[in-house]
This record gives sequence, structure tokens and C-alpha cells, in this order.
Amino acid sequence: MKLNFFNAVIAGLALSASAAAVAAPLQLRSDIFVEKQVKRQDGKVATVLEAPKMVTPGDNLVFVVHYKNVGATPASNFVVTNPMPKAVIFNGTSDGAEIVSIDGGKSFAPLSTLRVVIADGKTRSATFGDVTHVKWTLQKTLGAGAEGKLMFRGVVK
Amino acid sequence: MNKKISSQFRVVPSLKRPLQACASIVFFAFAQAPAAHAAGTLAGTDIENTATATYTTPSGEVTLDSNTVVIKVDELIDVAVANTDPGDVTTAPGATNKVLTFKVTNSGNGPEAYALLADVAKPSDDFDPALVQIVIDNGNGVYDPGVDTVYVPGSNDPVIAPDQSVIVFVLTNTPATAVDGNKADVGLKATSKTGTGPAGTTFTGAGTGGSDAVIGTSTATQEDIGSLIVQSAVVTLVKSATVLDPQGGSNAIPGAIITYKLVANVTGSGSLNNLSITDAIPAGTVYQAASIELDAVAQTDAADSDAGNFNASLVTVAAGNVPAGQTRTVTFKVKIP
Repeated sequence: MKLNFFNAVIAGLALSASAAAVAAPLQLRSDIFVEKQVKRQDGKVATVLEAPKMVTPGDNLVFVVHYKNVGATPASNFVVTNPMPKAVIFNGTSDGAEIVSIDGGKSFAPLSTLRVVIADGKTRSATFGDVTHVKWTLQKTLGAGAEGKLMFRGVVK
Repeated sequence: MNKKISSQFRVVPSLKRPLQACASIVFFAFAQAPAAHAAGTLAGTDIENTATATYTTPSGEVTLDSNTVVIKVDELIDVAVANTDPGDVTTAPGATNKVLTFKVTNSGNGPEAYALLADVAKPSDDFDPALVQIVIDNGNGVYDPGVDTVYVPGSNDPVIAPDQSVIVFVLTNTPATAVDGNKADVGLKATSKTGTGPAGTTFTGAGTGGSDAVIGTSTATQEDIGSLIVQSAVVTLVKSATVLDPQGGSNAIPGAIITYKLVANVTGSGSLNNLSITDAIPAGTVYQAASIELDAVAQTDAADSDAGNFNASLVTVAAGNVPAGQTRTVTFKVKIP
């Protein structure tokens, strides 16, 4: 049931794209931060987030999607989809509230429920490396002025 | 679900501001990061991220794209060097062009040129071989004299693609003064031409595709050591005689048979090749036909396929290749006329 609903939303994306340009009471902003290990004066190593001035393979990235309803009307059925950049492996979220796709955005489900077909028709549990899209469905109405962030982590391949 | 997301909102607002500055927020621990690929994303690759939202308003469904964030993957400069000889390479006093084999791997994520340096004067070994040349393999993994490229520093520094390797041969001569068992260490060092330094050292704009270059954990310079071992075998020959006279005694009287025994003892290491043992029979004695034995195996007198040969007054035994630690015993008989 749920999957069907999401598929329907995806199918609707292309059709409603032009309409979006007209009425956009929501703002959506994407940011990427990179985690760096910084040695503090007391000798302890702390993990800090920095603007990605220098990014190399193996670096941990934090993707932040900020949304805000800047319009006067409420928005409901709020769904955010973030395709994984090609050079980045998904590395989870803090709360596990997301659903993911491992088939290029065709279907979405919690990662733990997904399986990947391997040789001989066998399957294995899907892992972070299989994730192609991350999606959140906020089952609440965003009133005027409401805002928030969605975050996920990735590792540069 | 809602609650979880709401709580996330409260955790993160401090993230909102410091887009530029370092926000010293210690992050929540997640699952272990997946291992990056060996070389990873090529330097200069753009990571582009765009989020898409759909939502419903009283006037219908709306789709909205976020801004696209683009960050460029910088060049990580790393190198690995490994001696690939299965063990110490054997040499001999005065041997020339002994080959030590090394594998130089670009473990960074951009094509990189490396300078090569051989060190034949390593401390704590027994001798220093003389460097002949460094040779870059043509790709077959085997040193081919005259085919593989002789390395000239600064002129043909190998440029290695990310995650690729080149085989490098270090050719040395062993001094004649080296003796059996002596060992020599020879280092091959590969150093990034872009620069070196502690991990994290950056070279702005020096990376592939206009990216910055940053030194990885290898410090962009690595050395490995291969070893030469001198194997030198020597032979000592011990001759003895036993006399059997016609009366059963051991007096050297006419009619007595003298059995000569030559023991060749090979010591050291390695082996002696084509060891030939010769002895002339004493003047005034008569060689006893077909009396040559090698390790108690009878030999014919003719110069034929077996090891023994008697010619005029000379006994010759071709003992073949004799490894160190083994002996070969030759006996033959003469008669006092």
C-alpha cells in the first residue's frame, strides 16, 4: 500500500514540475558539510563540521536539507527526496526516520527491509552502499513559517 | 515518526548559522563508515546534491527542487612501495646487474608523477652494492634488458594512474669483496612530484582537474627495502691412499694395489656447478682398468655418458652441480708393478 502511494508521488513529479514554479510557498535549501577530526588544545580529538573546502575519498559528509514554509498557506503531504550523489555512499541518518531506494528511486522502504539479488538468484541484505535515494515523508502539515532540517550522512567514495 | 523528526529539529538549529565557520558540533555516533574504495573517486569529480520536495497545498500538489550544492573532490596524494621479490635475491662476489623488484602503487585518487630513488648504502647490513640503474618495467613484470626503460630522474618520472602500479627494477653490482652469507639491503623510495608532508598538507590548485591536492597518510613518500644475499660455495679436496699387498698386508711392495680416495667437500651456500675432479696417477704405477668409482658407483674408463674417464695418466670425474653441504667421493686403483 505504502509503496504504491510513493510510486504515485514519483510519477506525479514530472507532471507538476511546471506548477511548482508558479506557487512555491516552501523553500528548500541543500547544504553539505564535511566532518574533520580536530585535535583540541587539551589533546582530545573532536569531530567538527566544516564547510567542504577540502574533500577527499573517505571523508565523512553531512547533507542537510533545510525547509521552510515562507508562504501563507499550509503545506501537507510533505515529501523530500534526495538522490545520492554518484561519488557518495549513504551512511545513515541520526534517527532512522528515512526510507531509502536501492533501485534508482523506483521503490522506497526502510533499508533493513530491503534485499539485493545476487548471483544464483540468492539475495542479501541491502547495505548503505546500495542506497540510491533517501526519502522522508513528513506526516504533518507545515503551517506558515514552519521550518526544519533533514540530515543524512555520506562517505566520499 | 513525527516525534523523532521534531526532536531532530531541536538538536540541529545551531547548525543553521555556521556555513562558513567551523561549527564545533560533536556529532552523534552512527554506524561505522563504509570503507572507501582503494583509490576512490577521481580527483576533480564534482559531488552535486539536489533535494526535491513535493507537498500539497490547498491549490494542488507542488514539486520543488533545492539549490544544487557542488563540491569538488580534491586530489589525495598517496603512494605505496613494496619489494615483491619472494625472498632475498641471491648474488655472488663480483656478480653484476642483480635485479631487485619493487612495486610502486598510486594509492591516491588522481594521476601522479613520482620520483624514484634507490638507496644502496643502508646501515646495519654487511656490504653496499653499487647501483647500476633503476629500470621501469614495460608491463610484463619481468626485467627485460634493453627493452624496459632506464629511469632518468626528472626526465621520465613514472606517471601512475590512481590505483595503478608500476614495477620498478633496481640493478646493482656486488663487490668482489663480499663473502658467503653477506647481506645487503637496498631501498627504493617513491616520492610524489607534487609535494610531500604530513597527512593533511595541502597544495592549493595543485590537484587534478583544478582541485586542491592534499597529502594522505603515506605522506606522499614511501620506501621499501629488498635484500641481496651472497651465496658463495667453496670446495676442499682431501686425498688419502690405502695399500693392499699380495699378502693381505699394507706394504707398498710390487704387486700391491693402492686405492686412492678423493673427497670433495663443498661448503658455504649455494652450489658449485660442473665440479670436475681430476687426479694424475703416480709415476711408476699402473692404472687398474674400470676402477673409478663416484660415490661408490662404478664408472667406465671411456669418455662417455657416465662421470668417469681415464685418459693416458689422468683420472677425471665430472661430479656435476654440487650444493653446499654435500660431498663427492672419487676412488680409483693403481698397481705397483
